[in-house]
Amino acid sequence: MSCIDDNIPLPTVFRLPRCHMSFKNYEPGDFYDELFSEKGVPRSAAALLIERIESLSIDSLVRRQQAAQNTLFKLGVTFNVYDDNRGSERVFPFDVVPRVVCGKEWQTLEKGLQQRITALNYFLDDIYNDQKIIEDGIVPREAIESASGYLPDCKGLKPPNGVWCHITGTDLVRDRQGTWYVLEDNLRCPSGVSYVLENRWVMKSSFPTLFEALDIKAVDDYPSRLLDTLMQLAPDISNPTVVLLTPGTYNSAYFEHSFLAQQMGIPLVEGRDLVVDGGYVKMRTTRGLKQVDVIYRRIDDDFIDPTVFRSDSTLGVPGMMAVYRDGKVAIANAPGTGVADDKLIYAYVPEMIGYYLGEEQIIPNVPTYFCEDKKQQAHVLANLDSLVVKATDASGGYGMLIGSQSTKEEQDEFAQRIKNNPRGYIAQPTLCLSRVPTLIEESFEGCHVDLRPFTLFSGQTPYVNPGGLTRVALRRGSLVVNSSQGGGSKDTWVVNT
Amino acid sequence: MLSRVADAIYWLNRYIERAENVARFVEVNLNLLMDSPVGTAEQWNPLIEVTGDRVLFQKLYGGEATAENVLNFLTFDTRSPNSILSCVRAARENARSVRETISSEMWEQVNAFYLQVEDASEIKTRKDFHGFYSDVKVASHHFAGVTNATQSRNESWHFGQLGQLLERADKTTRILDVKYFVLLPSVDAVGSPIDDLQWIALLKSASAYEMYRKVEHTISPAGVANFLILNPYFPRSIKFCLNRAEYSLNHIANTEQHDNRLASKRSLGRLRAELEYLTLDEIFQQGLHEFLDDMQSKFNEVGNHISKDFMALPLPYVQPETDSASQSQDQSQGQSQSQSQNQSQGQSSTDSSQPTPELQEVV
Repeated sequence: MSCIDDNIPLPTVFRLPRCHMSFKNYEPGDFYDELFSEKGVPRSAAALLIERIESLSIDSLVRRQQAAQNTLFKLGVTFNVYDDNRGSERVFPFDVVPRVVCGKEWQTLEKGLQQRITALNYFLDDIYNDQKIIEDGIVPREAIESASGYLPDCKGLKPPNGVWCHITGTDLVRDRQGTWYVLEDNLRCPSGVSYVLENRWVMKSSFPTLFEALDIKAVDDYPSRLLDTLMQLAPDISNPTVVLLTPGTYNSAYFEHSFLAQQMGIPLVEGRDLVVDGGYVKMRTTRGLKQVDVIYRRIDDDFIDPTVFRSDSTLGVPGMMAVYRDGKVAIANAPGTGVADDKLIYAYVPEMIGYYLGEEQIIPNVPTYFCEDKKQQAHVLANLDSLVVKATDASGGYGMLIGSQSTKEEQDEFAQRIKNNPRGYIAQPTLCLSRVPTLIEESFEGCHVDLRPFTLFSGQTPYVNPGGLTRVALRRGSLVVNSSQGGGSKDTWVVNT
Repeated sequence: MLSRVADAIYWLNRYIERAENVARFVEVNLNLLMDSPVGTAEQWNPLIEVTGDRVLFQKLYGGEATAENVLNFLTFDTRSPNSILSCVRAARENARSVRETISSEMWEQVNAFYLQVEDASEIKTRKDFHGFYSDVKVASHHFAGVTNATQSRNESWHFGQLGQLLERADKTTRILDVKYFVLLPSVDAVGSPIDDLQWIALLKSASAYEMYRKVEHTISPAGVANFLILNPYFPRSIKFCLNRAEYSLNHIANTEQHDNRLASKRSLGRLRAELEYLTLDEIFQQGLHEFLDDMQSKFNEVGNHISKDFMALPLPYVQPETDSASQSQDQSQGQSQSQSQNQSQGQSSTDSSQPTPELQEVV
């Protein structure tokens, strides 16, 4: 990877006037801006960054941006596009202006995430075993058992150390006032952490002096910590064989699977590489079958074992659940964790935190209306044009209605869907997402962002990787961070001031 | 190591080597043409014969072996599994499936190679083709160099070596065969100055001319055959390739040298020994072309045994779609990269929390 040096001149013919980048005209607007407290006034954690960027010429910054993008392309940091004949991969667009989170604020977020993951883990262990939270009337049985990620086959399971959700990616957003909210939990197999690591690597080579001058929290030890977390799942084996189970090269997150396996030095396996033999899961090697002790699975719960869950799955391993029940193989995250990804279950997290930990929620949920409740449903139906309606079992932006951007027909359609299946929908007020200056065609524009930090949990205090994946809606005025619609990512700096 | 990974690494190296050698065939012919007297009819048919893809070529182009058709068929036609573009693409797909095993540098080089060939596929004029083939050779050498400079000499490296060496041995027989086919129509030309030039062009295509001169001095058919088949030191000679392939296979099998339970060891050992004691006279008695033909089928046999011994272990239960997956990158010319085609089920349904969901919030 090349390090960009300001002192290397462009060939004369290409030299642009050394016009410096300036935030003088940057308009934070009526939004919470992550880098500016008001027009022309950077937040203290971002001051040095802004100063540094303003000392650069436009061409230099654009070059850094391009070099970063080229590096990512060369590294093959790509996601897959299915309907494209030529290459099936594209680079997730990367913006060179980082998002800065001040260290003190991060401490609160870290505590909030630790609290949330700990409570969710208690919840999972409880509902698949003693079901106290149901008996005590905190979360209704129907809400749990009707959740699409709830797997009755996991009842009575006791995963090693009582840990169900070893790896979590939590989606956070900020509203106009700058208040943080948890938008979504991802406990099944969250992805995106490879971008966190690669983005940081690229930024370090683009702004080496800034990294020296600022106290930016390091993210690079994530793979080591992940491997530790996984190895702790086989406490009785001195040198356990840990593998990463991927659906294969066609999966959109394949790069990440490959990257993490490489960084941890563990085999990347597909379902067809694994077999159940003599009560153990084994992998097919050039020297015969070899026992596997821990599986970091990146396939959904439903696909893990066709003899127990979806029988049409060819991605999993027949018989694996029986071995898992028998305690002869560990799986992370544990099958059954998907229940917590349900949007209705999400709404009960504040109660879980109170019930299991006796604490107040540190990072609030976005207020959520249950369409199952008649009164709340009436409110939702009356305000479809201003609310956001989400299908409780969907993710990735599917099955939802953004009221303020929808047509009357769409609203009518959703009203019907809600009436037909009230359990299937929740509604939330429309939040006005915070923004970060972003380089668009040689000038800065405010673009909306969210944040997905990654948390590792092996029984004691959860480890939260400082920062996370900042996704940004790159198109002018756009609110969609989806990469297929011009969404991209930024490095996230947790800066101690 | 995983059988699937061994298979992918073996094929990654075979495909890179194959792309390089297709470039070499084409170059030998382009060189021959340059030395032919003006007015001589251009011969493009021999190239099709040599690659063994006559049937496919006829199907796609109706058998008309014009320069344009043949160059396109061998270079950028993705309908042919052995065109340079197809090979590099397959190499990259294999590399992509084992990125966690190979070094980042190796991946970057395969990726760069692929992008380079993909970009070049716009080439239309003969003049540009010339430069392209030497670029392909360089890119392949670059890959070999990066591999040797960055990969541990572990099992994976030896599988790569096996793939590269068996492919190279096969292709050296085919490069020698080009001359046989070119000569066929005009036996009179044997021993003429043109003949001499043609042998030189052939040697150059195998990057063998200079090394040849140091050993054999004068150009003769016997000398060239001797050098490219039996020289133990030249890295593209068949004997050299088989010696090294056997060395790698012994490492992989990790058995005593005389433990011959594995069919792959037996077949490769037998072939290597045969070449060890073979004389040039015996080769010419059999007929050079017939000898080369025979070699090619024996290489295929070795490749099949390797696949059976290490990559296609019996399964305790049968999963129909995986059963054939890793065995099916079979050796013969005209086979296609089939390894990962059948996994596409996993596309949309899994890893639901991909890094790309939308934000629903609005202003």
